[in-house]
Amino acid sequence: MEVTQVLLNAQSIDGAVRKNAEESLKQFQEQNLPGFLLLLSGELVNEEKPVETRKLAGLILKNALDAKDQQRKVELVQRWLLLDGNAKSQIKAGLLKTLSSPVSDARSTASQVIAKVAGIELPHKQWPELIGSLLSNVHQLPAHVKQATLETLGYLCEEVSPDVIDQDQVNKILTAVVQGISASEGNIDVRLAATRALYNALGFAQANFSNDMERDYLMRVVCEATQSPDVRIRQAAFECLVSISSTYYEKLAPYIQDIFNITAKAVREDEEPVALQAVEFWSSICDEETDILEEYGGEFTGDSNIPCFYFIKQAIPALVPMLLETLLKQEEDQDQDEGAWNIAMAGGTCLGLVARTVGDDIVPLVVPFIEENITKPDWRQREAATYAFGSILEGPSPEKLIPLVNVALTFMLTALTKDPNSHVKDTTAWTLGRIFEFLHGSAVDTPIITQANCQQIITVLLQSMKDTPNVAEKACGALYFLAQGYEDVGPSSPLTPFFQEIVQSLLTVTHREDARESRLRTAAYETLNEVVRCSTEETAPLVLQLVPVITLELHNTLEGQKLSSDEKEKQSELQGLLCGCLQVIIQKLGSSESTKYVFMQYADQIMGLFLKVFACRSATVHEEAMLAIGALAYAAGPDFAKYMPEFYRYLEMGLQNFEEYQVCAVTVGVVGDICRALEDKIVPYCDGIMTQLLKNLSSNQLHRSVKPPIFSCFGDIALAVGEYFEKYLMWAMSALQSAAELSTHTTGDDELIEYINTLRNGILEAYSGIFQGFKNSPKTQLLIPYAPHILQFLDGIYMEKDMDDVVMKTAIGVLGDLADTLGSHAASLIQQSVSSKDFLNECLSSEDLMIKESAEWAKLAITRAISV
Amino acid sequence: MAPHDLRRPFKRAAISDQQKRRELSLLRQAQNRRDAQQQARCLASSILSLQSSAPESETEQPSIDIETVSETEHESEALSKDLDVGRASKLRGPEVRKWFARQLMLPEWMIDVPDRLSQDWYVFARPAGKRCFVVSSNGTTVSRQRNGSILHHFPSALPAGSKTRDGSGSAQSYCILDCIFHESDQTYYVIDMVCWNGYPLYDCTAEFRFYWLNSKLEESGACNAPSHHLKFRFSTVPVYNCDQSGLYAAYTGVVPYVKDGLLFYNKHAHYQTGNTPLVLVWKDENCSQYVIDTDGKGEIPSQQQVVLELQDDRKLVTSDDPPVSFGCLDGDIIEKSGLQSGILLRFAIGDGGLSFVDGKLEKADLIYLGKSNRARAFADSYSKVIFQFMVRNSPLKVDDLLASINSPDDQEKTPSDIEMAG
Repeated sequence: MEVTQVLLNAQSIDGAVRKNAEESLKQFQEQNLPGFLLLLSGELVNEEKPVETRKLAGLILKNALDAKDQQRKVELVQRWLLLDGNAKSQIKAGLLKTLSSPVSDARSTASQVIAKVAGIELPHKQWPELIGSLLSNVHQLPAHVKQATLETLGYLCEEVSPDVIDQDQVNKILTAVVQGISASEGNIDVRLAATRALYNALGFAQANFSNDMERDYLMRVVCEATQSPDVRIRQAAFECLVSISSTYYEKLAPYIQDIFNITAKAVREDEEPVALQAVEFWSSICDEETDILEEYGGEFTGDSNIPCFYFIKQAIPALVPMLLETLLKQEEDQDQDEGAWNIAMAGGTCLGLVARTVGDDIVPLVVPFIEENITKPDWRQREAATYAFGSILEGPSPEKLIPLVNVALTFMLTALTKDPNSHVKDTTAWTLGRIFEFLHGSAVDTPIITQANCQQIITVLLQSMKDTPNVAEKACGALYFLAQGYEDVGPSSPLTPFFQEIVQSLLTVTHREDARESRLRTAAYETLNEVVRCSTEETAPLVLQLVPVITLELHNTLEGQKLSSDEKEKQSELQGLLCGCLQVIIQKLGSSESTKYVFMQYADQIMGLFLKVFACRSATVHEEAMLAIGALAYAAGPDFAKYMPEFYRYLEMGLQNFEEYQVCAVTVGVVGDICRALEDKIVPYCDGIMTQLLKNLSSNQLHRSVKPPIFSCFGDIALAVGEYFEKYLMWAMSALQSAAELSTHTTGDDELIEYINTLRNGILEAYSGIFQGFKNSPKTQLLIPYAPHILQFLDGIYMEKDMDDVVMKTAIGVLGDLADTLGSHAASLIQQSVSSKDFLNECLSSEDLMIKESAEWAKLAITRAISV
Repeated sequence: MAPHDLRRPFKRAAISDQQKRRELSLLRQAQNRRDAQQQARCLASSILSLQSSAPESETEQPSIDIETVSETEHESEALSKDLDVGRASKLRGPEVRKWFARQLMLPEWMIDVPDRLSQDWYVFARPAGKRCFVVSSNGTTVSRQRNGSILHHFPSALPAGSKTRDGSGSAQSYCILDCIFHESDQTYYVIDMVCWNGYPLYDCTAEFRFYWLNSKLEESGACNAPSHHLKFRFSTVPVYNCDQSGLYAAYTGVVPYVKDGLLFYNKHAHYQTGNTPLVLVWKDENCSQYVIDTDGKGEIPSQQQVVLELQDDRKLVTSDDPPVSFGCLDGDIIEKSGLQSGILLRFAIGDGGLSFVDGKLEKADLIYLGKSNRARAFADSYSKVIFQFMVRNSPLKVDDLLASINSPDDQEKTPSDIEMAG
């Protein structure tokens, strides 16, 4: 194969030529992988080849080593490890040689490929000489070799986990990198590459950061680099500081004053990319401190790893004024541009984080700024003042904020209608939303919305929904939180008189020509949903009137034929919003018998539409439609059976959707809904459903979060079909048993423990459903062989002492169900178990009522089982 | 390396309404599930409280109890067996040998053809080689022969079978496979799966175990070609339904290993340690090099030899449970040779042979040869002795097997309608 020509063709503008070239590359790769990779590395190293083919060769090589998809990645790694050793050595030698190439693109490509190879080989103790040979390169004279080598070290640190490289080599890498950064290095490109490499190498410097002298030196070099004449180096140096702020928070105390001075200067004087990093340093410190404070509730005790140093609290007298200054540097059209990110936005965001970190202390530092600027003729000052106000609404106590809000509310409402500047109105509407989010609702003692101002607030918000899309979207958001605050207001809501008008306005918004801008239409439907969710019985007839309206809208989306892919996406998005809205309505109306009865007259029509929505797609099902069908099944009860013949194939499709695991999880939930609705009428569909669920469990492609609901679903099915579950018993039990064994013991971080508890809960719900399903059937004895294992599982998780309340409740319930269903057959086993004694007693004296209730049930069932 | 994106959400709510809808749905489903279960429990608990106040004797029939109590006991035995598997991985030295020696399921020899062969049985060609248990746990794999001695100690791709980066060699997971090590291709042919990844399969039917074996073993990568690190390959064997074509395929089919007879597995049988009539072995000259037992020198002795265990009451018995007695040993020999009960002794079957009455062994003409080889862990089984005896006298031929599949007896035994012709 003439590889150069093929690689050139692969970049041709002519689609046919390109396709042809790609095809022959693919073919060659399939026929002879080592030969193919060798050829590519040969192309990359060859100085006589055009730069574009060298780059592409390197890129293909890189893609042969790594992929975004986890499964694929594992395959590629395996493939490389099994590749012929000679070919690999040649490829690697070529890559290293390319680092000395005069062509910068070739060097840079080789850097990345080397790092990928290192990422695979170093953990397997292969290529041990790599780091040594890179380090010897650093001492070579040509600057471009040095630069490429440092870049490679940087990529390498990004690819490889720190525990793979021993401390001696880490020290040498850090030394080389730090030497590259320091002022004694004359070449700017080398310094830049070294600074960027340090960013990735910081994760390796744990030991070095524990040594005072080495840490001082590292910090000095980084701080000096923030003063470099080259803006890219300054930016990279600040990135290092940001990374240090989260990785080595607890080591920062001696340097924090200096860092403040450096960042303040950068925020005020430096170019924006640098200033943004300087602000990010403080945002990151806020993140660290709120995490620490949330975790330990402010009480630092001996067993927490990292104490809070209260850097933010100490810094606010200087930090807050600095951030307030940034608020005045807005860009004209930042609210229309979704991708915008500038110093004013970063500063405002940081101010909000500071407020969350320090609470009340921030209020007196910000109020004078608001007062001074909020009435100024320059829109920048009014907007900055409003943004500052909005930013501090989360964190400080309601007692501190409510007096301010009471004064500001009228002003805000006026600004939202009258301010000539759209930017100010946008921020004002957002601030109103924040006021309602944090200071309105049953949790706040003194209401800020009263009979006196409610009418005005709603009028202003509905008025603003006619404003520009970005302002209208924020107004919808404010209304969302306004409605949410009345969620548990009782039988009569202050919104009732306005309900019709609010719904009408929101529907009007959804029909605006520009409703797709600034995600306005989404916001309008979301607000409509919240208004419906939080409505009371008084307005049920009005919610019922919404059904034909939304149904018609959904019907209209089905009209279009032969849509382009863009139109299809729009259609699908709109269908999602409408199905979501119907779901909320169904759930609302289904929750009371009287409204459910009236609603059900629409059920056939709605279900027909959902099925048509499914039919719009060929390969996947619409998650929102699936969620809505779950709600419909719940409302319809046994009547849902008539939809099953047509719906079943979509149910199956949803269960098979591994890629969009949310869809799969939602569908599993819907199976549960249908089980409860149909009870034994689900039997004809059980074979297919159980087969698919078992397949899902044994797949390693399925996202782990879907597995617990699948187990719960076994319980739902067993409870619905009773002894008919016998068919699946062995399979279900074997899957449950192996999962139970895996989830008995937990070692890992909080996230894993949380997952394990979810998994346990799913397993236990399955056992409960199965026992209850077989109860009173002549086939109860089929369960006896499983009892020892289940009791062992209960004892096991009890002894681990790390289950949460939900698991505790479900677990003790299973003990009861087991005793109830098996009775005397399990008596001796139950009596031998720890669960029937210590665990049961612990639950009986629990303060959690749900646990107690389940425990009492278990006690009753056990007493009965052992008394016979 | 491009600068890192540091954009944070701006003027945005932390959670989308869609996510909220999902979560609310889950909440509703969880609530409904609780309600459904609660309802079931309330129903039960009201029945319970009613019944427990009623006189005990009326609540249940004692006869049912008796039956099921024995079942429960049986199951609790199974439980302690399962527990042992975990504990066994921690045993050391002679204990571990003894433990493993007792764990294999041992086929009986086929001395007559079972009913419903084609419906209820699997058949496959048994590889010639060393029968062993392969146990992977804690990042290493050990194979142990029938007598408990270690054959190999090696890393494998089985779960927990080698030290890996992801630490999958945790104490919780282990595998136990029933294998035959085939010397010439250095392959472990897995003939049964006892535990997989911490999950015991003792109580599963052969049907399920074979299904699990075929899907899991392949998935684990243990069947891949050997590498420097993973020296030994694992392989499954082709298993057939024991209908005519399956039996024929197992008998004549080409396999990558040397055959040593055919194994028959009853599909519904659990993995039961020790001798079981639900797994049978059969062989003839076409499918095995070792039809007739050889002696220590590899030669076929002129007389059939058997190994029997000496009991307290001087009875000579097989390894079956319950043991079958072949007669009593002369007190003289016991005293002279200082034999203790429990010892394994070797005998030849004399010209008198074995005589049967109503299919039961009545008399055996035994000639005492001496103590058996120390490597032996068990006496011969009854079926083995009989099979060997038959081989030397009137063997069960493959045609007999095929014929029994064809015979109408073996078809579904549903009575067909008979038309009355009057």
